[in-house]
Formats: sequence, structure tokens, C-alpha cells
Amino acid sequence: MRDEIAAIFEQVLGRPVAISDDTDIVEDLGMDSLGVMNFVMAIEDFYDLSIPLDRVAQIQTVADLIRAVDELKSGTAA
Amino acid sequence: MTILAKHAAYRHAYDALLARGVDPLNVRFDKVLSPTEGMLNGRRTILLGTNNYLGLTFDADCIERAVDATRGQGTGTTGSRVANGTYDGHTRLEEALADFYGRQHAMVFSTGYQANLGVLSTLVGRGDHLMLDADSHASIYDGSRLGMAEVIRFRHNNPDDLYKRLRRLEGVPGDRLIVVEGIYSMLGDTAPLKEIAAVKRETGAYLLVDEAHSLGVLGDTGRGLAEAAGVEADVDFIVGTFSKSLGSVGGFCVSDSPDFDLLRIVCRPYMFTASLPPGVMASTLEALKKLRAEPALRTNLMRNARRLYDGLTAMGFQTGPEANPIIAVTMPDQMTAGVFWKMLLDSGLYINLAVPPATPANASLLRTSISAAHSIQQIDRALDIFADVGRKLGFLPADRRRAAGAL
Repeated sequence: MRDEIAAIFEQVLGRPVAISDDTDIVEDLGMDSLGVMNFVMAIEDFYDLSIPLDRVAQIQTVADLIRAVDELKSGTAA
Repeated sequence: MTILAKHAAYRHAYDALLARGVDPLNVRFDKVLSPTEGMLNGRRTILLGTNNYLGLTFDADCIERAVDATRGQGTGTTGSRVANGTYDGHTRLEEALADFYGRQHAMVFSTGYQANLGVLSTLVGRGDHLMLDADSHASIYDGSRLGMAEVIRFRHNNPDDLYKRLRRLEGVPGDRLIVVEGIYSMLGDTAPLKEIAAVKRETGAYLLVDEAHSLGVLGDTGRGLAEAAGVEADVDFIVGTFSKSLGSVGGFCVSDSPDFDLLRIVCRPYMFTASLPPGVMASTLEALKKLRAEPALRTNLMRNARRLYDGLTAMGFQTGPEANPIIAVTMPDQMTAGVFWKMLLDSGLYINLAVPPATPANASLLRTSISAAHSIQQIDRALDIFADVGRKLGFLPADRRRAAGAL
């Protein structure tokens, strides 16, 4: 999934990015709030799910994002 | 380090504007003279950014009613309707709004902001789903955070994206509430309400329309976008404000929901704040009467909006998609927008500088709002000032300016 997410980052940011589980989406990738929104919407399209706003607020790192997508896909989200 | 140091990034962005003499959050009018003019630093200034769509703030009858009510019933209610009771103004205003919209129920709030806080946080709760347009007004986002519903954002004015998100919720329990705006406050674009109503019907969701900027502006009788789009029957809740076309302050919600009055005992932003003062309600009632009795106000408003929109577009400025009474010119960046705005102000034209994060797509906008009370001469003067500043800042080539002048 991390490769898929990296591809989506590159598509939204228009440049290659190197990410790991610890990558901070805002700090390390220099995304502003609009960038984050576009990125979240691209993720939602790709995985065919909606990430509620309170979940978006909890996502800081790539690992957080992978966990959120996993949970939402399997319907185990709180 | 102070407790506010966490917001320092905003200060830095603002300081950069201040360094260029641009101080959009501190415009201090010496005096407001009319719906369309104020004195600013000793200079007569055209007001082209105050959401005063019907220009009723100085209407003699509205003022008279406000004065009468204030003399008769005092300056304020000094508390909430729960604690201090309901005045006849509250009842009459709610009856007038229900009658205007042809709905069973109406409820007034102390501001439009609080109407959204109250309605959105109460209609949906834990286990429900609130579907918000991504470009929603801050009061809608804040209302969504005050409640316990799951909040899902869909792409601005995109019924397909909304539909996709509702489809993903198939089989999930809980009510769905779609929230859109009649006219969006930054770019002046309208929601594709017919298509959104179709999505609502197909998915069994409820639909709320915030007509803050479209009340008195759109629709054959001024009821807003739902009327203009012919889908009032599909709209379950309409929220709006008195502080734009009705020239006072306050908010409201109307609906045919049979148990609507339950809101009065569970809606905290209604229950725990002081209710509207008698003078405000009296002028609002009178303004609503004028809105209904004088369709010429809307005709003048749209004529002025069309003239400004066509003028700006002909000069080559990048405007929004529709000639509504909110017209925004997109600037290349925040600093250019700030300098442009300051030069307009120094030339006697007041508009709004709208910059990220308050704007869609992080655009930097010169936002105007038009009034029925503007004269053709004021609109043309505003266009001249735009042309002059645009030329000075290199936006308009000389030939373009001549073309615009030939309008």
C-alpha cells in the first residue's frame, strides 16, 4: 500500500517523493491544507472510501494514513 | 513564549502585508453614510463589499420600526428565550419567515453563524453522516465540529462525488444530511441544486441549503436558490441570515419537519445565548416585507451585478463563473492582491481582500458584493477605479482599457 500512496503523493505534488512509515505528511512533504485536502480526496478515490474529517485530523504520518485506510476498508473503524 | 505563540505563523503572514501598508482587518470607517458610501480617513468611499444586497440598512421604514420597538420594548432581551421568555417580535418574525417560505416552522437565532452551529450540531448526532461541500462557510464547518456526527467532505459543487460518497455508506446505519449553499460567499457561484436534489432523493438523505447570500437575491420571489432551481420540495431545511439582504443581524431555519420544535429544547446555540433585541427584529420584519413587496430591488441588484461583472470581464480580469451579486477577481498571489486592494481603497473603493486559508483553492481574491442601492454611476466609478489600478499594476494593457471604457 505504501507504494500506491507514494504514487498518489507524486501525482498530487507533481514531483517524486521518498516516503517511509515515519514520514510526516505536512512537515516532511511541505503540504499546505489545500494540498492535504487534494491528497486525501485522491486517496479516497483510489481506495473507494471516504475518510471522515475527524480521522483526517488524526493522520500525521504515512503509517497513520495506512492504518486509517486499512481500518476503513475493512469496516473496523471506530 | 506566550500562550498565543502557536498562532505565530498567521502573524508572520499578516506582517508581510502590513509591511506593504495593507491592513485589511483594520479598516476603520469614520462614519457609514448610506448602504453604498462611507467616510474613510476623511474620504468619501464607495462600499462595494458589505453584503448589503438590497441596500435596506438605511430604509426609513425599517429604521422607524426599529426605533418604535426599541422605545416600546427596550434595547435588549437581556437573555435567552429559555430564561427570559419570548417577545412578540420573535413570534411575529418566525411566523413571517414560515409564511414567506411556505413552511410549517421557523426558528430565529441571534446570528446566522449560530443558526448553522445550532442546526448542524443538532439535526445529526452520533452515528449520523454529515455531507459537506468542501468550500462550505466556516460556520458550517464549525457547526459540524460542535456535533457528534461523522463529517464527510465532497468536492465543491460536484453531485457525482457526493453520490459516490453516499453510495459508499450503503448499508451503514444513521441519517445522512447534505449541506450546500445557495450562493458561495467567496466566488459567488451557485450550487447545482437540481442535481444535488436528485442525489438526495435517490439516496434517501436529507438536504439543507444555506441561503445566506441568496435570500432576496435569487428566485422569482426572492426565496433563494431552492426557488430558482425549482426544488423547494426537496429541501428539508433552509438556513439563512438577516445580516445581508435584510440589513440587520440574526439567523433562521425553516422546515416542514413535523417535530421541528424539538430543536427549541435541545439546540444549545439557540438555548444558551441572548435572543435578538426588539429593535433588530422589528427592522428585520419590515425588511422582509420590503423584500416581498418590491421585486424591483432584485431587478436593480441583478442589473448592477451584471454591469460590474461584464465590465470587469471585458477588461480582462479573471472573475467567477456567474454574474451574481458576489463577484471576485482572482489575483496571482496574496501580496499582489493586498497591494491591489490597498490601491483601490486609497482611490475611494472599499471591497474585500480574501486570502488563504479563507478562500477556495487557496486563491487570492478581490471580492466585491453589489447592492440594489448602488447607482449606475457608482458601478461605473468602481469599474474606472479597477481599470486605473489594474493599469498601474500592469494587469491591463492600454488597448484593453480603452475597450472597457467603451462599454
